[in-house]
Amino acid sequence: MTEPTDASRRRRSVLRVAPPARARKLAKVPFVELADGRLQGVVSSGSDVERVYVSSVTAGSHTVDCRTNNNRPCGGLRGNLLCKHLHALADEAVLQYGIAQVARYLRIDAGDGADSGADLLARTDARHEPGPAAVVFSRFLRHLAYLEVPPSAAPVPELHWFPATAAAR
Amino acid sequence: MLAAHLTRLHQDAPAGLAEALAVVDGVDDALTRGLARIAEPDATALTALAGAVGGTPLAERAGEAARAATTGALTEAHLAVLAGARAALLGAVHDALLDRLDTALHRSRVPWAAATAPGPPTGAVPGQPADAAPARAGARAWLHELALAGWRGADHELLSGAAEPVEAALAEPALRRLAVLLDGLAAELRAGLPVTDPHRLPTRRWADLWARAVLLAAGAATEATAPQKVSGRLLPLGVDVHEHDTAFQAQLHALLEPAGGGTVRLVRITVGAAKVATIVGPAGWRLLDAYPVLLTALAERRALTVTDLPSYGGDLHWVDDGAELAEPADPFATARVLLAGATAAATPPLQRHPAAIAEPVLVEGRVVRDDDGGLMVDLDGPTIPLAADRLPAAGPLTPALLAAATTCLGLLRWDDGRWRLQPLAVRATVKRQSVEAHNGDWARGVTDAKVAKAEARSGDAVAVLRERAGRLLRR
Repeated sequence: MTEPTDASRRRRSVLRVAPPARARKLAKVPFVELADGRLQGVVSSGSDVERVYVSSVTAGSHTVDCRTNNNRPCGGLRGNLLCKHLHALADEAVLQYGIAQVARYLRIDAGDGADSGADLLARTDARHEPGPAAVVFSRFLRHLAYLEVPPSAAPVPELHWFPATAAAR
Repeated sequence: MLAAHLTRLHQDAPAGLAEALAVVDGVDDALTRGLARIAEPDATALTALAGAVGGTPLAERAGEAARAATTGALTEAHLAVLAGARAALLGAVHDALLDRLDTALHRSRVPWAAATAPGPPTGAVPGQPADAAPARAGARAWLHELALAGWRGADHELLSGAAEPVEAALAEPALRRLAVLLDGLAAELRAGLPVTDPHRLPTRRWADLWARAVLLAAGAATEATAPQKVSGRLLPLGVDVHEHDTAFQAQLHALLEPAGGGTVRLVRITVGAAKVATIVGPAGWRLLDAYPVLLTALAERRALTVTDLPSYGGDLHWVDDGAELAEPADPFATARVLLAGATAAATPPLQRHPAAIAEPVLVEGRVVRDDDGGLMVDLDGPTIPLAADRLPAAGPLTPALLAAATTCLGLLRWDDGRWRLQPLAVRATVKRQSVEAHNGDWARGVTDAKVAKAEARSGDAVAVLRERAGRLLRR
């Protein structure tokens, strides 16, 4: 399959602009997104099924934050010592989006030899700064709410612009 | 489809097509730069758009809107007129292309029954103007802001503003189309930020999506007449799968033999569900388990007996209780015997766009590679490229299987100036064995051991997220 040329990208109505997310295990990190100028997501607690951690990395400034859904600071995040939740978030983001897109979005110069989220974080001078945990958590709840929308037998003709494609096989 | 059909399809482009698309390109460039401050070429482009619809009822208002753009006083109503003018132009392109296709294939099509008074826009609150639906008003405001900024001026803050109208529209079944479209557009724009190379932007595509969203937000969703009830035997041809981060949709193309006789009709049945980005591939089918009879018919390649299904033109709205599984039916045989004599339905005017053309055809011929390595079917002379980038991860078709295909049941599509064949099912020769693969084969679960294993490895995304939702959502 050949990549469309620039001219063809401009004239085509139907093309895949963002590659589909790659399948990954969701048990540990059920939610990851590149949005609002951040890599942000939710990491399940290893010890308490009722608790989740809300973690984020801001694009450009690379400030990081991690706290529970009850807004308690994560004990593992101290100064520029990152907690395991942030590492898990970054690793899963790389699985879902690919390292190039994560690095580009966060404006990290990945260089050679980086192949995990932890590698990317190691290339920043990340420091802790309180982030919008409540906003991220509510985005996660909204994300889950998609699964509660009932299926429909009324066609959405606009989806002809969004053909299903295989990512890579 | 025979070589002679293909030759006629490929004849000179319809008259006026290049000119119409040139006008559209000008508008799309203006949207790339944003309409907040209009420079000379963009003012010319909008004037050309108004000129192109000069002979239509839109003429006067399009002229006003083009003038408003140059004075920086563009209102939401002006944008709706500009989006409407662009849609009219592309609708005309659609009509010319579909006419070419119907002529080349000798396909008969029921003309659009015009002059039926449109009903009130869906989602409207009785006694209030359509504009009062808050989801629509929010969408209009966001689309207005987006058009002023242009793709190049859009930033994270602006794109985050789509979340509210999407959420509001998603809660309203009648506004599902608007929700699905806005969500898809916003996600793509987000993924495209920051814009590093403006020459690589998908300008036609984003303008298409933006313009359709503007029309839906203006209340243009419904033009439907009352549905007719249809009964008969339904013979599946193939499934077209659509997907973006938060939507999964399966559209079955089938032939309906009406109960009590009459012409065989080419119809479509569409079922869809909301999803999240991490539900990928065959897991999408799980979201449609409210339609077990339909999914079983796809997976087992069987016919269906349907009773009193509501039909809007060629679109039948599926009701699982109104259907019964019937005998096995080979889609290739269905296409070979019945497709040529079937009657197609007209596309509703507001849905007409070249990207909406999806006409089922059966093509038997050798698959060869073109100079760039792309796959195409060679009918001993005339060729048609295969859309190998439209093979869903939710089904068993692969580029390797296409390359070995001897028969292909697919949809004729038109984009970027050329026709392509999107495969829905193939019969191929692999290791001297004849094999078959259909997009709907995995509708009731993956039947390929290797793919099933990979699926199992990544775990059950749907179950994990439902568990999380159950624990965290209802607080």
